[in-house]
Amino acid sequence: MRLAWREAVMAFRRAPMLNALSITTIAFSLFAFGLFGLVALNMSQALTRLEDRVEIRAFLGDGTASEAAATALGDITAFPEVASAALVTPQQALDRARKELGEFNDVFDAGLLPSSIDIQLKPGFRDPEHVRAVAARIKTYDFIEDVRFGEEWVEKLHQIRNIATLAGTALGLTFAIVAVIIIGSTIRMAILARAREIAIMRLVGATDSFIRAPFLIEGSLKGTLGGVLALLLTWATNEIIGRVAFSAAFFDLRLSILGIFAGALIGLGGSAFSVGRHLRDV
Amino acid sequence: MIRFTRVRKEYPRTGVALNDVSFQVNKGEFVFLTGPSGACKSTILKMIFADELPTSGEVKVANVSSATLKHRDVARLRRKLGIVFQDFRLLEDRTVEANVSFALEVTGAPRSVIGSRVARVLTQVGLSSKARALPTELSGGEQQRVAIARALVNDPVVILADEPTGNLDERATRGVFELLRDINATGTAVMMATHNLELVKRSDCRTLEINRGQLVFDSHEPMTGQGER
Ligand SMILES: Nc1ncnc2c1ncn2[C@@H]1O[C@H](COP(=O)(O)OP(=O)(O)O)[C@@H](O)[C@H]1O
Ligand SMILES: [Mg+2]
Repeated sequence: MRLAWREAVMAFRRAPMLNALSITTIAFSLFAFGLFGLVALNMSQALTRLEDRVEIRAFLGDGTASEAAATALGDITAFPEVASAALVTPQQALDRARKELGEFNDVFDAGLLPSSIDIQLKPGFRDPEHVRAVAARIKTYDFIEDVRFGEEWVEKLHQIRNIATLAGTALGLTFAIVAVIIIGSTIRMAILARAREIAIMRLVGATDSFIRAPFLIEGSLKGTLGGVLALLLTWATNEIIGRVAFSAAFFDLRLSILGIFAGALIGLGGSAFSVGRHLRDV
Repeated sequence: MIRFTRVRKEYPRTGVALNDVSFQVNKGEFVFLTGPSGACKSTILKMIFADELPTSGEVKVANVSSATLKHRDVARLRRKLGIVFQDFRLLEDRTVEANVSFALEVTGAPRSVIGSRVARVLTQVGLSSKARALPTELSGGEQQRVAIARALVNDPVVILADEPTGNLDERATRGVFELLRDINATGTAVMMATHNLELVKRSDCRTLEINRGQLVFDSHEPMTGQGER
């Protein structure tokens, strides 16, 4: 193993240009993937913020007993899909409407607005199906006159989320495959540059795993370095965008480490593939 | 130690190269493999070090049979062989010493024995003073001695040399041949492919002559029953 490390480091030093080139190539292909990830991350967060606004409003009939309303509130809060529920009196509803509508606030009269129970759903239950199911369950109370949840809007939001997930997966997969191919071919170049050495190793009785080891180390090292470089590039891009346009969310520590780890893994996989093929070919 | 039994070799594009060849080489022998270019000398050596497999028949080397050979057995087999080529096949960016110790390192030999073994074989081939030189700083004959040292460092049972003097002038040729004879004198078998008939004629070594894929002449077939079969 120590020898394998030494060989890997020697390979780095013997062909610094080729290695710098392949690390840069890896970095840029991972950078493209990182930029895509950044867009996907911000899209997803924006959608989540929109979904936070999904809300069910159950309007109470005139003259509903406050005890009945309180019991219903307790029941609804206990629904597994429900994050929180609150009773909104006509006065509170009026205040809210005034705040939301600004200058037209004087057209409202507290007497016109019914009181309601406002319900927030837990993340993961904000899709049309769950929203509809919860609404239907609430409707079964006979003192509930009407349940509203902006059906069309919830539907559309869900569609956007689906399309975004699908497009994101397809694009992400494409970027990942491109990265793997590029990394695989740079490592293939490194292997071809040392084909002579490999041939001699086999001639004097080196096992395949012995020949493979330095390349696997080299591949993961390059992948890691490429990953770090790509992360720096992505971060710099994000900073620049933040300065000239709008500030966007960046990967947290966990995602950053995961990204570098993915780089190492792609490097390892790419070299395992390339070396395997080379050893089978000759 | 090496036994060919009714060996036939076909190549995918060029067809039948070797047909129904049988012979045996015993421990400690020195054998010339002669014949015109294209006769199949290299093919025979390649089958011995398991770079090629026979299409039919059996090649048995150091008790390893081509019929049952697995991919992972090849490395172990080659550690018992020393292989030398016309074009030396040295690593140009490593010193003479490093080229030789490379062959030991890849077999996982302990560091403590590598240094002394390398020094010993370099002395044996007469190159101990050039241990730190690069291959490009040596003459052809010297480069071939490095290759022989590398072949020797694993204590092989046989040295397989494919036209080892093909790129050398007359004096270097004699030197390399003498060296192979000396190595043979210490008990290592040598199988040397060559079309240098001068060299073959002047020595009294056993000669296997191949022509058009057939064994056409064997100067003195070893007596059966002596040594291992
Ligand atoms: N890898 C190969 N693929 C196809 N044909 C080959 C290959 N190696 C050798 N041959 C054929 O086998 C024959 C013997 O070649 P070779 O063993 O190299 O002869 P020699 O070493 O005696 O000159 C030649 O006709 C050559 O064309
Ligand atoms: Mg030949």
